[in-house]
Amino acid sequence: MMDTLLDVEDLWVRFPSRQGVFDAVRGVSFTLGRERLGIVGESGSGKSMTGRAILRLIRPPGIVEAKQIALNGDNLMEKSEKDMRAVRGQKISMVMQDPKFSLNPVMTIGAQIIEAYRQHNRTNHADAYAKAVEMLQAVSIRDADRVMRAYPHEMSGGMGQRVMIAMMLIPNPQILIADEPTSALDVSVQRQVLDIMDGLVKERGMGLIFISHDLNLVADFCDRVLIMYAGRIVEVCEASKLSQAKHPYTRGLLNALPRLDAPRDHLEVLQRDPAWSTAPSVSGRVA
Amino acid sequence: MMLDIDTLNVWFGSGRDRVDAVKAATFSVARGESFGLVGESGSGKSTILRAISGLAPQWSGRMVVDGTPLTKTRPKAFYKAVQMVFQDPYASLHPRHSVDQVLGETLHLHGFGDIDARVVKLLDDVGLGQKFRFRYPHQLSGGQRQRVAIARALAPEPQLLLLDEPTSALDVSVQGEILNLLVDLRRDRGLTFVMVSHDLSVVGHMCERLAVMQNGQIVEVLGVDALRQNAATHPYAQSLLAASI
Amino acid sequence: MTEQTLRQWLLTDTPTSRRHAKLSALYQGWLSFSGNTMAMAGLWILLALLGIALFAPIIAPHDPFVQDLGNRLAPLGTPGHIFGTDSLGRDILSRLIYGSRITLYIVALVALIAPIVGLLVGTVSGYVGGWVDVVLMRITDIFLAFPRLVLALAFVAALGAGIENAVLAISLTAWPPYARIARAETLTIRSADYIAAIQLQGAGAMRIITRHIWPLCISSLIVRVTLDMAGIILAAAGLGFLGLGAQPPSPEWGAMISGGRRFILDHWWVATMPGLAIFTVSLAFNLLGDGLRDVLDPKGEK
Repeated sequence: MMDTLLDVEDLWVRFPSRQGVFDAVRGVSFTLGRERLGIVGESGSGKSMTGRAILRLIRPPGIVEAKQIALNGDNLMEKSEKDMRAVRGQKISMVMQDPKFSLNPVMTIGAQIIEAYRQHNRTNHADAYAKAVEMLQAVSIRDADRVMRAYPHEMSGGMGQRVMIAMMLIPNPQILIADEPTSALDVSVQRQVLDIMDGLVKERGMGLIFISHDLNLVADFCDRVLIMYAGRIVEVCEASKLSQAKHPYTRGLLNALPRLDAPRDHLEVLQRDPAWSTAPSVSGRVA
Repeated sequence: MMLDIDTLNVWFGSGRDRVDAVKAATFSVARGESFGLVGESGSGKSTILRAISGLAPQWSGRMVVDGTPLTKTRPKAFYKAVQMVFQDPYASLHPRHSVDQVLGETLHLHGFGDIDARVVKLLDDVGLGQKFRFRYPHQLSGGQRQRVAIARALAPEPQLLLLDEPTSALDVSVQGEILNLLVDLRRDRGLTFVMVSHDLSVVGHMCERLAVMQNGQIVEVLGVDALRQNAATHPYAQSLLAASI
Repeated sequence: MTEQTLRQWLLTDTPTSRRHAKLSALYQGWLSFSGNTMAMAGLWILLALLGIALFAPIIAPHDPFVQDLGNRLAPLGTPGHIFGTDSLGRDILSRLIYGSRITLYIVALVALIAPIVGLLVGTVSGYVGGWVDVVLMRITDIFLAFPRLVLALAFVAALGAGIENAVLAISLTAWPPYARIARAETLTIRSADYIAAIQLQGAGAMRIITRHIWPLCISSLIVRVTLDMAGIILAAAGLGFLGLGAQPPSPEWGAMISGGRRFILDHWWVATMPGLAIFTVSLAFNLLGDGLRDVLDPKGEK
């Protein structure tokens, strides 16, 4: 059996509001090994909240509750905010949807990567520079020296996302959480970014949590998929068997997609069953 | 012909900062047809729609809508015939205006008298119903907002509807509902669609013909059957098709 | 209808009429405003001020203009004169109470003139653009370049001393910042899709500015105006202090401080009491402005 990097048990994210407490994530459990785990769902399904809650990045008044979020057996829920800062970036990294908002617009790419590197490693500037160029090359950026001098606005979306991934990889994290990393990118660029992430996960033996709304992409790219609906996991399946998924919600999502090879007059409309959001969450744990 | 575009150039800025967004685009759309514009971001597909609707003022070439050549300024009759649905339903509705205000003002501007009755009818037509009439945008989901935007575009009873990625900001299941609505509206009202999308499968579902754009130029115009049979001839169109399947 | 169902009716997500929708939106705003203790404190102080101004003849223990030279400069806590009396033996409390009318009058006039002029100039400038923008903004720059009190002094000197002229002078120097804010907001709103959408309905520039851009600019202007109110009261008091605003024997707070200046070492309360009044009202406006910002400014939403 593969070793478990992350074990999330009974995770809840709650937001108190004027109309009462709103549960964004309701009792989600799953484990992550050295694999590519996809979390799929529509907006509001709690998939992004799950990713953020693992890093305890939910801002007050939001509340995170869990029996445990264990990283190599170490419960993150019991850590102080100061200890969490060491976990974020060092052991678990996160790539956001739009690189434009994650990079500092007034610093060159090189300066930002070097700064990130020196935060984690005590080295001189020259070493850090060499390491940064190496990192950019690792994410298939050919003219790394030029990119080091560039500002974020001078780069295309695909390039920016690669830079983000390069930055996230500097501290050599064990787990990478990617929240819709390719949805802002064009299809052709999307493929390249995915290939880079795929290669890194395989080479370094990292665990990847890939959060996306795109069923086909996840089926293609991941090993295992959690399908979330209204804050719960409604189905867990092998990515390669997603097309044979059983839950009516998953089936509905698959059928709602227009297909080039199967023209129809009308697309199937997903009929939502209120029972889906009350049924207990399916566990995504692998014992 | 409902729409005839001949060597259309659109640019932004001037002098050294001039950016040519669309270069010598030529295509025509028959009455009642649904035509797709496909390409990656920055290929100029949305800019063509904005030029037709008059939102991109710097253009040259010839645009003819329903037999009338377009000039730099658009008469009121133009807006009665041509309407547009925007990509992001979160940005295309005024945050402080209720659904009733949005539709009511549109109808008023087009000189309709029986505004109340028409608002009711429009809401029914887009499948929203009366309980949404007095809501504000923040009380609506993305799909509901897009339905309101479609109702607004339908209010002047146009013949040509310009659709700028109408579902790309929506969830998959909601996308299906909106696409179905658009298919029904086109059939019931005999509308002509020009639809921009980066998603080939959506265009394949909605349109009869499509143009593939790259760097501001139309590189290939083909029928949707040719698309399905993977019969694109231009290398870029082929690669786009390959990446989408 | 019971209390509970009225609340539910107001908090509904499905309003049934135009009026219902408006009331519901108002109630939601009130709920988030009333949750802010400091802002509520500001509101209560200002409501109290309004009440005092309204019922001044009933509340005031003495006539603010009657002099009693035998009883001049009575200290705090003197029976019948809780806040003491000034150099002419007039009751300070009564003068403060009547002075609140003048303060409110100034505030109301400035709050009406300056933001409206600023809103008009700023939104037209931002929406129309081109040479209109250049001309209007250069005029704004010219007004911005003058120190406020100095320009007000010049106006009052030219037009003669008095409250109306002081208000006019303050308004003339207060509108440029509002025009700047309104223009900046308009520039971001102008390129929004919902403005493009209404342009596609053939709406004219004036309609777009007044119906679509104003409602979005007004909230940030209201916040800015309430925050500026303290400064406006102080400017009016400053003019009064210099003898260029309200004229004696009018019980304007700034003029009262000015009158008490001569005795400030031996009889400190004569200048301090109106000073405290100015301080309290200014603070109340600031608190209210902060609360309103949380309610009205959509960007500050948590």
